[in-house]
Amino acid sequence: MSSQTPASSYNLEAFDLPQLVGPVVHEQTVEARAPWSHVVTAGQTLRIIDVGGNQAVDCILYNAADPIERYSAADTMTAQNNVYLTTGSRLLSNEGNPLMTITATTVERHDTIGGACSRESNTLRYGHHTYAQHACVENFILDHTRRDMGKRDMVSNINFFMNVPVEADGSLGIVDGISAPGLYVDLRAEMDTLVVVSNCPQINNPCNGFDPTPVHMVIADPS
Amino acid sequence: MPDVDPPRSTATTHAAREHARAQATNIAEFQRTIPASAATTPPDDVPPSSVIWEERIGGGNYSAGVLPRGSRFRLTDTEGDTCVQLLVFNHHQPSERINVADIVKVQWQAYLDEGQLILSDMGRVLLSIESDTAAGHDTFNAISNESYNTNKYQSGHVSGLHPNARDQFAVALTKVGLNRRDIAPAINLFKPVRVADDGSFVWPENPTPTGASITFRAETDVRVVLTVTPHVLDPRPNYTVSPVQVTAWNGPLTEPDDPIRNGSPESLRAFENTENWLLSHTSTTNAINTPEAGR
Repeated sequence: MSSQTPASSYNLEAFDLPQLVGPVVHEQTVEARAPWSHVVTAGQTLRIIDVGGNQAVDCILYNAADPIERYSAADTMTAQNNVYLTTGSRLLSNEGNPLMTITATTVERHDTIGGACSRESNTLRYGHHTYAQHACVENFILDHTRRDMGKRDMVSNINFFMNVPVEADGSLGIVDGISAPGLYVDLRAEMDTLVVVSNCPQINNPCNGFDPTPVHMVIADPS
Repeated sequence: MPDVDPPRSTATTHAAREHARAQATNIAEFQRTIPASAATTPPDDVPPSSVIWEERIGGGNYSAGVLPRGSRFRLTDTEGDTCVQLLVFNHHQPSERINVADIVKVQWQAYLDEGQLILSDMGRVLLSIESDTAAGHDTFNAISNESYNTNKYQSGHVSGLHPNARDQFAVALTKVGLNRRDIAPAINLFKPVRVADDGSFVWPENPTPTGASITFRAETDVRVVLTVTPHVLDPRPNYTVSPVQVTAWNGPLTEPDDPIRNGSPESLRAFENTENWLLSHTSTTNAINTPEAGR
């Protein structure tokens, strides 16, 4: 599969995923490199499906009623005493309140320390020649501009389906992924949560297998 | 208690004025040295006229200051049990700020030490770590908020016995035209929390050596905001954190052959990006004003 393949060609039914509880209230394929955002109301579950395999999904969560309260990677890691996100991880706000919970995932772990790629950080990591390339921070900021939010609302994000090990000497980095086509993560909203996603456009490291692909979003409401 | 007993009567405006003025010669355990040239903690080779900031900050308090490009900013753990939460902003456009994720990702290293950089979210270096004798620092964990401190210490508001870091940052930032949106992910200095193989955190068993310090060099004009509060993983049930000594002085700009600047290809490009930005943004060490916060 590649970024040249239209999203409509993916056969989601072939993945034979378990049913979400309740009717589907929103469903959308996010094209390679594209942003996506949606409010997931308390009790609803958002499923993100990695249809092409090893596609990083950069994600920031905001309290939909008051976005000054937003996802805090640090609070989340401290509270669960672990840097890796997995089933059961409560995704906490900067005020210590749960925004969403990972209720299920078929990927061993997800990242929340690697941050989002930006044109600016790309120049540090790969060279000044990469400044003109697409990057996640562009997607996030574009979405913010439509909501009376902005760059100051950027914080450390979640990278679903991305693999960032930390070694004993503190070395860390984005390495080959551990996701695959059809793997997914389910996120139950604990409050009305604005979910802002950048389907990562990065082509200089293995977070997207050097080939960004679409992802599929499903929101179900059990109420 | 005051060192000098003030006149007792405050029944009239004149008596109250004398009462107020009589307090001014007192010296508190925690305060800024005014004028800075009277500082006692800078290195011997720093002339008094070069000192820009000396302050002893007690546990449960905060401070903030602007550091001109080339200045040095030293934090000393005078009693060996401090914990400092640090935010850093580009003074001239504070929407540019410390980015913890980029710091660890770009430098391929989570454990800050001498020679490493405090990077902004715009691919530029704000501060470099010129020297560091502390046992290490923490780039992963949270800073305390009111609910956290209330749960752990029975109170958390900033005017109480157990002030939380987040609200102290909010107050400090609001004073300079910023607000709660600008409380970016921060770093915890002087508590070297480590990550085990399974991803869990390991609390440092050995305390930081008494008198250890970290000295930053400002690579562009920056605003630093710091709080001194217990680390959120501190296992002790009581609110325990010792003071930090701040010492800052003007110094020479980084030279092209500087070993930190040339320490890695990523470091060099961060300096190159900052130097390129400075071409069109004059360093205003004598004309500091407070810019409006950008969207």
